[in-house]
Amino acid sequence: MSSPALLALADGTVFRGIGFGARTVDVGEVCFNTSMTGYQEILTDPSYAGQLVTMTYTQIGNVGVNSADEESSRPFLSGFIVREHLDVPSNWRAQESLGAYLERHGVPGLAEIDTRALVRRIRDEGFQLGAISTDPAQQDAAALVERARRAPGLDGRDLASEVSCSEPYSWSEGRWPGVAGQCPRPQVPTPQLRLVAYDFGIKRNILRRLVEHGFEVTVVPARTPAAEALAFEPHGIFLSNGPGDPAGVAPSIFEAVRELAERLPVFGICLGHQILALSLGGRTRKLKFGHHGGNQPGQDRKTGKVAICAENHGYAVDAESLEAAGEPVDVTHVNLNDNTVEGLAHRLRPLFSVQYHPEASPGPHDAAYFFRRFRTLVERHHAGEAVTGVDVAAGEVA
Amino acid sequence: MPRRDDIQTILVIGSGPIVIGQACEFDYSGTQGCKALREEGYRVVLVNSNPATIMTDPETADRTYIEPITVDAIAKVIEIEKPDVILPTLGGQTALNAAVALAEAGLLEKHGIELIGAQLESIHKAEDRELFRAAMERIGLQMPDSGSARSLEDARRIVQRTGIPAIIRPSFTLGGTGGSVCFREEDFDGLVEWALSQSPQHTCLIEQSALGWKEYELEVMRDAADNVVVICSIENFDPMGVHTGDSITVAPAQTLTDREYQEMRDAAVAIIREIGVDTGGSNIQFAVNPKDGSLIVIEMNPRVSRSSALASKATGFPIAKIAAKLAVGYTLDEIRNDITRETPASFEPSIDYVVTKMPRFTFEKFAGVDDLLTTQMKSVGEAMAIGRTFKESLQKALRSLEIGHAGLEPPDVPEGAEGLALLWKSIDEPRPGRLWAIAEAMRRGVSLEEIQRRSWIDPWFLRNLEQIVEFEAELSAVPEEYRLDHLLPAKRAGFSDRRLGQLWGMAEDAVRALRHRAGVRPVYKRVDTCAAEFEAHTPYLYSTYEQECEARPTDRRKVMILGGGPNRIGQGIEFDYCCVHAAFALADAGFETLMVNCNPETVSTDYDTSDRLYFEPLTLEDVLEIVEKEKPEGIIVQFGGQTPLGLAVALERAGAPILGTPPDAIDRAEDRERFDDLLETIGLRRPPGDVARSTEEAAAIAERIGYPVLVRPSYVLGGRAMEIVYDAEALKHYMRVAVQASPEHPVLVDRFLADAIEVDVDAIADGERVVIGGIMEHIEQAGVHSGDSACSLPPYSLPQSVVEEILTSTRKLAIELGVLGLMNVQYAVKDGELYVIEVNPRASRTVPFVSKAIGRPLAKLASLVMVGKSLEELGFTQEIVPAHYSVKEAVFPFVKFPGADTLLGPEMKSTGEVMGIDSDFGRAYAKAQIEAGNSLPSEGTVLVSVRAEDRAQLIDSIRELAERGFQLLATPGTAAEFQERGIPTEVVPKVGQGHPDTVERIEAGDVALVINTVSEDPVAVRDSASIRRSALLRSVPYFTTVAGARAAVGAIRALQLQSIGVRALQDIHA
Repeated sequence: MSSPALLALADGTVFRGIGFGARTVDVGEVCFNTSMTGYQEILTDPSYAGQLVTMTYTQIGNVGVNSADEESSRPFLSGFIVREHLDVPSNWRAQESLGAYLERHGVPGLAEIDTRALVRRIRDEGFQLGAISTDPAQQDAAALVERARRAPGLDGRDLASEVSCSEPYSWSEGRWPGVAGQCPRPQVPTPQLRLVAYDFGIKRNILRRLVEHGFEVTVVPARTPAAEALAFEPHGIFLSNGPGDPAGVAPSIFEAVRELAERLPVFGICLGHQILALSLGGRTRKLKFGHHGGNQPGQDRKTGKVAICAENHGYAVDAESLEAAGEPVDVTHVNLNDNTVEGLAHRLRPLFSVQYHPEASPGPHDAAYFFRRFRTLVERHHAGEAVTGVDVAAGEVA
Repeated sequence: MPRRDDIQTILVIGSGPIVIGQACEFDYSGTQGCKALREEGYRVVLVNSNPATIMTDPETADRTYIEPITVDAIAKVIEIEKPDVILPTLGGQTALNAAVALAEAGLLEKHGIELIGAQLESIHKAEDRELFRAAMERIGLQMPDSGSARSLEDARRIVQRTGIPAIIRPSFTLGGTGGSVCFREEDFDGLVEWALSQSPQHTCLIEQSALGWKEYELEVMRDAADNVVVICSIENFDPMGVHTGDSITVAPAQTLTDREYQEMRDAAVAIIREIGVDTGGSNIQFAVNPKDGSLIVIEMNPRVSRSSALASKATGFPIAKIAAKLAVGYTLDEIRNDITRETPASFEPSIDYVVTKMPRFTFEKFAGVDDLLTTQMKSVGEAMAIGRTFKESLQKALRSLEIGHAGLEPPDVPEGAEGLALLWKSIDEPRPGRLWAIAEAMRRGVSLEEIQRRSWIDPWFLRNLEQIVEFEAELSAVPEEYRLDHLLPAKRAGFSDRRLGQLWGMAEDAVRALRHRAGVRPVYKRVDTCAAEFEAHTPYLYSTYEQECEARPTDRRKVMILGGGPNRIGQGIEFDYCCVHAAFALADAGFETLMVNCNPETVSTDYDTSDRLYFEPLTLEDVLEIVEKEKPEGIIVQFGGQTPLGLAVALERAGAPILGTPPDAIDRAEDRERFDDLLETIGLRRPPGDVARSTEEAAAIAERIGYPVLVRPSYVLGGRAMEIVYDAEALKHYMRVAVQASPEHPVLVDRFLADAIEVDVDAIADGERVVIGGIMEHIEQAGVHSGDSACSLPPYSLPQSVVEEILTSTRKLAIELGVLGLMNVQYAVKDGELYVIEVNPRASRTVPFVSKAIGRPLAKLASLVMVGKSLEELGFTQEIVPAHYSVKEAVFPFVKFPGADTLLGPEMKSTGEVMGIDSDFGRAYAKAQIEAGNSLPSEGTVLVSVRAEDRAQLIDSIRELAERGFQLLATPGTAAEFQERGIPTEVVPKVGQGHPDTVERIEAGDVALVINTVSEDPVAVRDSASIRRSALLRSVPYFTTVAGARAAVGAIRALQLQSIGVRALQDIHA
């Protein structure tokens, strides 16, 4: 059953373990995620395109895979690395084992390596390119190190356009109704407001949350021009999460965002937040090893409250660059671990954005208040009020 | 928000003696809390009756009151210390209940004292089942259908609706005391009555059972700014129906999807907000239906708990310390994470390993008690293990338990259908051996599905067990020449060398040698709260078999301290206290300290206690690997009780440097023949006796020295299987049934000194000088285990000449044995003659008590002696005879074990102890009784039923009771004798000999005190057991020994003369 597999890093380090999932070779930037639950959501999050994802938690596969928890139509990552994969799932919703799922989607899985050693290496040395091979015929470490070195990496690439949808579509599924005994769900507000969501690699739970907040959502491809978006007569614009380097996305995307931001309320999450900042004249920079996990402290600077949130980004917005660009933007949220910028709100226009993932999935729901703020922003703007991003940033958080 | 400046003095309430359900985890949390508050500059006043705690060390708080945790005593402390606030959330249910009682007595209002950590309203909302249910309904969460009953009639009405099986939970009790699962209708009434009798409010909940649902716990913290974090999720291996304290539990949760987990987290956040725990930690329990994921809330504890201690050790996040800081106004983001140093405490720990906790039981000490596990906790301790996978972590936990298992050994069950039936019996109903039974059933071909169907244990856990079993079969089949290749995968799955040896027919040493030859060695990973996302600055380590080692040993001078492992009766917090003191003293002396232990409840396993913490099983294999990695200058084995002591010889043989008294001295003290030689050399006497290696030998010895004889296996702690035997028949029975004596397992047979006074002595020696720490005179006569007997320091009745003789004898023994460090000697005094009962060249259970009685830290001094300091250098050259009396009293778990008799004997049964200090012996004894839950009456009726031999000795005390206004009630024989001596006594029939009988009178609430002694005759014991049991259940103070009863009468006299006062330890030793 178990076949040898390995991970080769560009710096020459090699981790040997056993393979599961698909038997293949792939390359990518190695990152790690510290979430202890939600490997399926991570696997299907398009933001991981071009990455080899290492789970720090050691027991993966426990609850199998089910179609309801997918964040997109398929996994986009290049490989999945775990300490132990136990292929007998136990959960009432499980439909398939993790190994079978990865195999079906052609994703190589590597198990039985010292994942903590790998994580410490990335933490200390920063992002690394790597090559993963689960193909028993391709276990030559030196050759794979070479492949890792030649791997394209993420910088400067427009991965968002690659993972985006090709045609607009509408989305109507709301939040998971849950099962008996869970916290009651809030009422969906009325009236329905129209929203165009730019898909840079959008997670389904963002769409579910938007529906939950009374939006009628049309998802459009990453490179949709402003005029086409406006043709849907939206009351607001949403910029989604997505993979890779924000500075690498097509210039036309920034142009569209700039144009839309002149006319409509805009809310951006993760890559969408970075794209909004860039289109306002800001800059982004690459972090040493990024934030990937479900336990990050995101503080709302106005209320002082800390949300434990899901984060997944390798780049951050440089706040000073926005100031330098003369844009009246407030930094509304920071990550308390390293004080990086995690939330922005415009003082004059109805724009705001967040670096992390209020839709969670996986991760805690603490930051879900962003969706309520967005609903408020769009409602007030729709009512003809001259509302700004900062106005709603001071709203309720509980 | 910064710290509150409007507070100067904080009163912290401790949890009192160790009992089932409330153990040393509250010393851990209380100590952390006190330290954290003092760091912030507050003046901390502490009340706790348990002397064996680090918390009650005079250094931990500014003012330490080892006094009863009662409204009366705490009120006196409040008068003296005038605290601004009380923090009641660190001392378990005891402290919470005390806070509620103080509030209800109007004392908080009177003195303008605020409760911090949890408001009174929140405590009520969380603890009162009906209020809690209403609160859950308000936030839309579900609970099992239930109703609150104040009477049996109520209960019968409710169960019509909720159905059988039913869960019965009394309100406001700890560890689920009085709770049960009722499977049969005919048991219902009895179980309800018991539950009602256990609840201080006389109410209980009749609840629909969620048997078989998956059980989870979340440890939640909230700050004054309403930030909420979940520190740890815990999933129980044992499904609903087994108390979480008795369950095997695993962190983090294993079988929830993120959606389900986050919904549970949302529910937890909603609950802590609704209940209104505004600062601090809470433990919230949930059940999940494995069929459809539906969620119910089971309960919430608005305070730190056993689970929060476990969660702290499991994640590295110090819940109690943070809870204390939150209670004085800080918010989570203002507190730094000690481990990463850079990041704030406002985050949720992520762990990259699996933690398994296993309970430790001691049913073998309570004859006739059913070992069925229910909603009432019965375990006395726990071990925790950390591994990278569940399999590794589970297998490490198995050997950490120290119950003779090196892994999943096949139980001793016959082959075939008969054996299978036995296995099913242990699988169908949860009992301590269930895990081993499941593994064995799997070996015998039973399918995982069938086990799952009948045990309700989640298939994920079962699949892991099955993999271990399959791996064992694979390993057994490996030919000798290929074993080398299988070592690494086997070690990665957590197999111990010993278990591999069993599978391969090799000695453990040989497996180790093979493994070392193959270069298969553990690496050590750090527990860092963040799954390696940030650098860890605290060396809190666990072993695993992987690539990278993070131990990074230093080249400092270092001492390794071996802890005591899981708590059990006979080896508990007292030994942890000694280990912690060693760590403190040696750190002060400039050494790097390494702690090895696997008990998550303790202060010793706080990452703050030593420089480096190895959270590892205390087996030879695991300890030797650390020794080789760290190369310590010395190892302290004499502080952790029998566990490390048992490793001493093997460690020394393996070349590890043992500090202090050489292991050979232990052997000289324990080996009967060598011990006899030693006593002869220095001219001391012991009761005549000899070693028996067979039943015939034992009978011959007993014949020679005369009955009664005291029999026990050699090398035991806590009087395991120790008995007093009165005739040849009983001896034969004992030898066959109780011990199965053999040449490898000899039995000691000694003359039993009836009615002798026992004396315990703790001393410290540096090779030249011997200083007596304290002489403790037992209250109960010889024959009651020293751990179960009350004692007084200084002696309250021994003549000075005997005391002198004890001093000289102790010195001789220490010098002759070459003691370097601590030594404990037990003597018996009979007719003015001194006999040596036993000598233990190690720290004893009484070291913390003595240290607090005399005001000098014996364990600290001893650890410094072990690294070469002389007692003279340490300034401890003279025995200290304090001006006050300190009385230690034992606390028993009988109430948790339906059917257990409360009679005391040579087998230790107590779980904890309390200390009463006063200038008068009677008052000190009275205090100790109050602390032990035996509040002595000042009026009322005393029921006396004593054996004929005891009546003369008791007559003065009985007369005094009558003179002091008590009414006397006695069984016919006893009554006749009292009447004859002119003491007015009412006669009450024995049970079954008329109505109302003794038990009926107790149950009618007519009796304020019970004095009951009984002969060794099993029939007499059985006949009178119901008296003792009903006294226990009705919380009527009872005494089962003459000496205890006499001391009690003395205490009643003292209380009538003057009510008790309180005094801080810092003043007593000023």
